[in-house]
Amino acid sequence: MFKKFSKEDIHSRSNIKSSVQRGLKSNFVDTYPGLEPIIDDIIPKKSQAILIKCEDKIQLYSIDNEIVLFQHFDDLVPTLKIVHKYSDCFPKVQVDRGAIKFVLSGANIMCPGLTSAGGNLPEENLEKDRIVTVYAEGKEHALAIGRLLMSSDEIKSKNKGHGIELIHYLGDGLWNLQE
Amino acid sequence: MNAKNILYCGICSFPPEYCEFGLSFNRCKQWLSENNSELFNQLYSDEALANATSTLSLEKEEKISKDLLKKQQKEEARVERELAKKLQSKVTIKRIERNKRKHIISITGLEVFDIELKKLSKTFSSKFATGCSISKTADKKDEILVQGDLSDEAKVFIENLLKEKGLNEVKVEQIDDKKIKKKAAATGAPA
Repeated sequence: MFKKFSKEDIHSRSNIKSSVQRGLKSNFVDTYPGLEPIIDDIIPKKSQAILIKCEDKIQLYSIDNEIVLFQHFDDLVPTLKIVHKYSDCFPKVQVDRGAIKFVLSGANIMCPGLTSAGGNLPEENLEKDRIVTVYAEGKEHALAIGRLLMSSDEIKSKNKGHGIELIHYLGDGLWNLQE
Repeated sequence: MNAKNILYCGICSFPPEYCEFGLSFNRCKQWLSENNSELFNQLYSDEALANATSTLSLEKEEKISKDLLKKQQKEEARVERELAKKLQSKVTIKRIERNKRKHIISITGLEVFDIELKKLSKTFSSKFATGCSISKTADKKDEILVQGDLSDEAKVFIENLLKEKGLNEVKVEQIDDKKIKKKAAATGAPA
C-alpha cells in the first residue's frame, strides 16, 4: 500500500474534532483490545490529532508530529513505530529468515514462510482479514504489518499461496515519511 | 505497561537488527559501533554471528546473502556518485534587470541539495521582506525568483545553508544578466 508513497500523495491536512478523536480512540481499542491500558499514552486525552488525507483514500492520523495510525476504509492500522513501542498489544506472526528480504521489499507473505521451522503462527485461530504484525526469525522487532488473506488455520492446512497481504513495512514510503 | 524505547539506526532508520537487510550495511555497522557499542557487540560479535544460522539450507542462505551483497555494493556506488554530483554542481544567482533601477534575482541549482524550494522561498520573503516565488526556467529547472537586488545577501544566506549540510566546497556563483557575463565572486555585484 505504501510502496510508492511520498509527500506528493498527501492532499490535505486538518485538525480533527475532539469528539471525532474520542470515537477514533474507542474504535482503535475495539480493534486491538490489548491496547486498553495504554491507549492514553498513544493518544493522550488532551492532544490534538491531525488528519492527513492522502491518495487512494488513505487517511493518516498524526499526533505531536508523529503518525500514529492510519485508516484505509474500515481498517485501522497502527504504524510500525507504535508497534515497536507497544509490541505486546497486537497479534503476532513470524516468518522465517529467507522471507525477510522479500518482505522488506514489499512482497505479500506466502504461507510456507509462516509454517516452516523458522516461522510461527499463534496457537489460537486468527480469522481472515485480521491485521497482524509480522516478526522474523531471530529478530526482536516487527518488520511489517499485514492483513490475513485466510484464517490462520487455513494457512496451516493449505500451506500454499498468499497468506498475508502486506500493508506497511520497514523502509516503505510511510516509514520514510518525515513529518 | 510502558513504551519500549527503541533505538533506530541513524543511517537507514531501521531497528539495527535489520541493517543487514538494508542497502547500506557497512555504513550502518560503522554507525552502530560508534553510537552504541553494547548493541553492536550483541549483534555482530563472532558468537552472535555463529548463532545466527537459520532453518534454511546453506545453499539458499548463500544465494540470498550474495544477492544482498550485490545490492549493497550498487547502493554504495550510487551514494558515492550522488555525493560527487553534489560537489560538482553549483548554485547560480542571476541578477536580472527589470527596468533601469529595479532588479530581480533568480536562484537556480538548489534542487540537487535536497533543499525544499517552497520553504526556502518563504524564508526569503520573510527575511528580506520581499516577494519571492518559484517558477520553472526555460530548460525545465526550478528557480526561485526574489524581488529586489539581493544577490549579495542571498549568496551569504545560501552559503550558510550549504555549510550546515556539510557541503563547503560547493560554489555559489553570481551572474549579472546585463551583457557582462561573469563577475568575480569576491567583489560581488555592483548596486
